[in-house]
Amino acid sequence: MGQTPEAEWEHFAHDADIGVRGRGKTPAEAFAAVALALTAVVADPGSVRPERGVEIACAASDLEALLFDWLNAVIYEMDTQGLLFRRFEVAIKGGRLLATCFGERVEPARHQPAVEVKGATYTALHVAQDERGRWVAECVVDV
Amino acid sequence: MDPSLFEHRSDLEWVIEPRGRMRVPGLLFATEELLRAMDHKVYEQVVNVASLPGIQKASLAMPDAHWGYGFAVGGVAAFDPEEGGVVSAGGVGFDISCGVRSLTTGLVRAEVEESKEELADALFRTVPAGVGSTGGIRLGREELDRMLLGGARWAVEQGFGGHEDLERVEEDGRMKDARAECVSDRAKTRMRDEVGTLGSGNHYLEVQEVAEIFDPPAAGAYGLREKEVVVSIHCGSRGLGHQIGTEALKEMLAAAPRHRLALPDRELASAPIHSPEGERYLGAMRAAINVALANRQVITHLARAAFAEVIPQAHLRLLYDVSHNTCKVEEHRVGGRGKTLYVHRKGATRAWGPGHPDLPEAFRAVGQPVLVGGTMGTCSYVLAGTETGMEASFGSACHGAGRGMSRHQALKHWSGRQVVDELKRRGILIRSPSLRGVAEEAPGAYKDVTAVVEATHRAGLARRVARLVPIVTVKG
Repeated sequence: MGQTPEAEWEHFAHDADIGVRGRGKTPAEAFAAVALALTAVVADPGSVRPERGVEIACAASDLEALLFDWLNAVIYEMDTQGLLFRRFEVAIKGGRLLATCFGERVEPARHQPAVEVKGATYTALHVAQDERGRWVAECVVDV
Repeated sequence: MDPSLFEHRSDLEWVIEPRGRMRVPGLLFATEELLRAMDHKVYEQVVNVASLPGIQKASLAMPDAHWGYGFAVGGVAAFDPEEGGVVSAGGVGFDISCGVRSLTTGLVRAEVEESKEELADALFRTVPAGVGSTGGIRLGREELDRMLLGGARWAVEQGFGGHEDLERVEEDGRMKDARAECVSDRAKTRMRDEVGTLGSGNHYLEVQEVAEIFDPPAAGAYGLREKEVVVSIHCGSRGLGHQIGTEALKEMLAAAPRHRLALPDRELASAPIHSPEGERYLGAMRAAINVALANRQVITHLARAAFAEVIPQAHLRLLYDVSHNTCKVEEHRVGGRGKTLYVHRKGATRAWGPGHPDLPEAFRAVGQPVLVGGTMGTCSYVLAGTETGMEASFGSACHGAGRGMSRHQALKHWSGRQVVDELKRRGILIRSPSLRGVAEEAPGAYKDVTAVVEATHRAGLARRVARLVPIVTVKG
């Protein structure tokens, strides 16, 4: 089970849009971290309270396709339920991902949300182990 | 980009001769200065598009071209289905039918100046904007499907605006051949609460003043006079369009080997126009166009209500509504003969020249209004389609400025409060639920729209009619 390691996410610049990157000891940890980077595109994750959980399940033939589906599934929940997420519990086994995302409804005055994320893309979509053996999951998201 | 990569055919035309897998040349319209400022990826993307089956004449880029997913933003490409032509989700863009509509008000600036704070507050209160905002309309599935098929016409039938609005919308307010059954449940769910919302990012509603008229006959036909107050709305098909684009991308990628399509870039995912995947995407994409048209129609109604509250003598009359992320079936002349083509415009505006039969009577003599949005604090332009543009660019022109700086860089340069205060000193009122959003959209983060418009004008793609400056901006 990969939880959200606070310091393991970052953004990278990509023209008008923005890249999200997560790292972890396992793909599941990296997937949890990159989802937190997604929240940070919209608002400061520190301002979000993990009040309620939403479950997500997806499956794909390889880890990159799974990352694309995972981030788009998180975006779908954010968009349709007006939620921001603070914490992610992710498990990946045999091409299947099961996750619980904890967060709360957007409150513009408190969260100061900058922009909606419309979708994850295939641009710079990458899941691999770095030279130290840590997993990195990243892609550009459309805002 | 390095100008030496191109054949400099004329002042504003830069050609990439076909090589490798390119089926047609690439052609960019730009001044040398704009070309040099473009990312090299624009070159690669124009070349990639030129390799797609069935492409006609040339893979084009407008003066505001910049990197996009698959196709460059500012890319235009036309495909012939009889020559194996394709439709590409990346060629339309994710925010399907994102566009601009402008309304005249019958007011001059002096008439709004005194009450502009009140007007800004009323617009901000009435038009939902920003992350997580929802509209006042909740649609059940059947009603949603009617919107997907009916577009702005559906909105007018629901009481949002009048029938006189419809002839001032491309496709007379309703994109035909939309197919609600091609739109997934997830895409429909994303639209459930979002009808009549502006969204966020670079979307806005703006009250503007006509600061300059370049072409009095065309301005007259459009109802524009100096100092006239205009309302412009920039938004698209919200979450629904994006969901359709994302799903089509996956489906087209998976089907590409079956269609023997070798794609140089995953985001260039395409399918033959005459294939199940191509037809499904076209049906869904047209439904998304209708959603964008309905959305802008509902927002128009809300803007009218806000004006009525503050300045009852205002009469908001629709000037025109253009979409700049579309694929449309059009008749064009190629090699001396008429052809039915699927014209992709991604971050490019349709710009019919004078005499085009699809134009409303009032515009027939001067050409189609081309609405080019700026960003808060900068100006916007109204242009008119030309005959030369019909020949040179399948009747297409630029759509805006494009970002010159990433959101992160903008946040480092400006604070939201600083941007709001600075613009207020210049007489421009900003209303937004998010100061961080305002900072990320700071005017300085965008390229110079005036240079883009001048290049478009000089290249003959569209001619300048009027320049608009902002008075009030509502940002998401």
